[in-house]
Amino acid sequence: MELTREEQRMFDGETGAAARESMEILVALGRIYGASRMVPVTSVQVSGVSFKTIGQAGLDYLSELAVKGAKVRVPTFLNPAGMDSLQWKRMKIPEAFAIKQQEVLGAYISMGISKTCTCAPYFIGIRPKLGEHVAWAESSAVAFANSVLGARTNREGGPSALAAAICGVTPYYGLHLEKNRTAGLVVDVKCRLETVADFGALGSAVGKLAKSRNPAFVGIRKADEARLKVLGASMAATGSVPLFFAEGITPEYNLGDKPEIVTFTEKELAAQKDAMDSRLKPDLVTIGCPHASLDEIREVAAIVARKRPTCEFWVCTSRKTAEEAAGLGYRKAIEEAGGLIVADTCMVVCPLEEMGYAVTGTNSGKAAAYLPNLCKQKVAFGDIEDILYR
Amino acid sequence: MDEGIIRARPISRGRAEGLALISLQPIGFLGGVDPSSGRVIEKGHPLEGKNIAGKVLIFPGGKGSTVGSYVMLQLFKNGKGPAAIINSSAEPIIAVGAIISGIPMVDKPEKDVFSMIRDGRKVVVDADKGLIEIKKEEKIG
Repeated sequence: MELTREEQRMFDGETGAAARESMEILVALGRIYGASRMVPVTSVQVSGVSFKTIGQAGLDYLSELAVKGAKVRVPTFLNPAGMDSLQWKRMKIPEAFAIKQQEVLGAYISMGISKTCTCAPYFIGIRPKLGEHVAWAESSAVAFANSVLGARTNREGGPSALAAAICGVTPYYGLHLEKNRTAGLVVDVKCRLETVADFGALGSAVGKLAKSRNPAFVGIRKADEARLKVLGASMAATGSVPLFFAEGITPEYNLGDKPEIVTFTEKELAAQKDAMDSRLKPDLVTIGCPHASLDEIREVAAIVARKRPTCEFWVCTSRKTAEEAAGLGYRKAIEEAGGLIVADTCMVVCPLEEMGYAVTGTNSGKAAAYLPNLCKQKVAFGDIEDILYR
Repeated sequence: MDEGIIRARPISRGRAEGLALISLQPIGFLGGVDPSSGRVIEKGHPLEGKNIAGKVLIFPGGKGSTVGSYVMLQLFKNGKGPAAIINSSAEPIIAVGAIISGIPMVDKPEKDVFSMIRDGRKVVVDADKGLIEIKKEEKIG
């Protein structure tokens, strides 16, 4: 692999032990994936933040890296943690967990990383432009950055994203290369998609068909960012999809050679939604997987102001959006209806299974995919009004 | 070149030697290896019950959770990590785990190490030069 002078200095340890180890990781990954060089990145999103997912082993690693003096060179943002750092007691998070979670956050902050704790950084102004190279880690954020924004990123892991942040570069392979940004599967959508749950069901179905091909959609008439977010997140969860196109909607639309064409009809949509739903009444409804935008919070506030839900409910979002929601009165409306705006975390990465819930409601195909295994939950899947008032 | 020397691709820097421990199956460190003892605990794994501490661990590659990289670091800090690693084809979990733990590692050996090396044979891995050396003496201990 060809390294620039500065990259070689990092590899040789001339800029410190943390950069030496980080560049060694990037060079090894470059070798594994056949990269000829590195490419500078303009931002990094780091996963592996919840103590629930990384455990003591991950905390030990981060603490050691922090002790080695690791500092990031480019703007770097955190994925959600395992709790809302201000109202974890109200969420019923066990104290032992909270202490470990604070240690994880402390290690990241010491490296100069912003405590954004969101899987949807694009809703708080972190929006790389078409053609911009970044190194993002969280699977739904990767799908959104590549597909909706047209930025270039591979699906990074926790340590490879951190290494990219510390060195400011990532190996030049995969989706950084124009030639790999093509679709091998065309999905002809023959039905009308309206709600977020519709897009979640479509994504869950297509993710399973994708088999390491990037999907391209035709026939989606309209989709706002909340819907595209859930579409990408659901495909990333059920099929590790890092990039998709939607004709007339996404900034890029490139088909590869002889793509397979499948259709998605009303019948498939209904069957998919049916298969994802246990039909149980949820103990807790969670909205915001990936993290809710201000518009989505406004929508929930309006719904619950009309009629009080009969179960607990959370709207998961970033700290910044939660503060904006408070300023606009949405928080008050949601809390008066018995709900919580939960920041920094989500239903998947917080320890729900230790908090007395058995059935969780969601309108996201991603949450529906992860809740059974990661949180030992049964899933109530459907539109917001459906799951809130069962 | 000496018959006992095999070229391989460097993945994680350093040079170390130890007795070979071979698995024809991939290894997942999270839930597969006990970080406090170095013992393989995955049910039904060919190495189940064996200890990887201080061994030159030879296996096809990693599998399972990416948290496995961190478990490798825990093993190393507990003094129970492998001395060196040889993979058929490195993947990110094992590569990252080896680098953050300072365990020398190579992959893509130019010869079939699985047929050339038996458990207990003394092996040197020089990841700085990209070489595997199979020591002449027969099985020890």
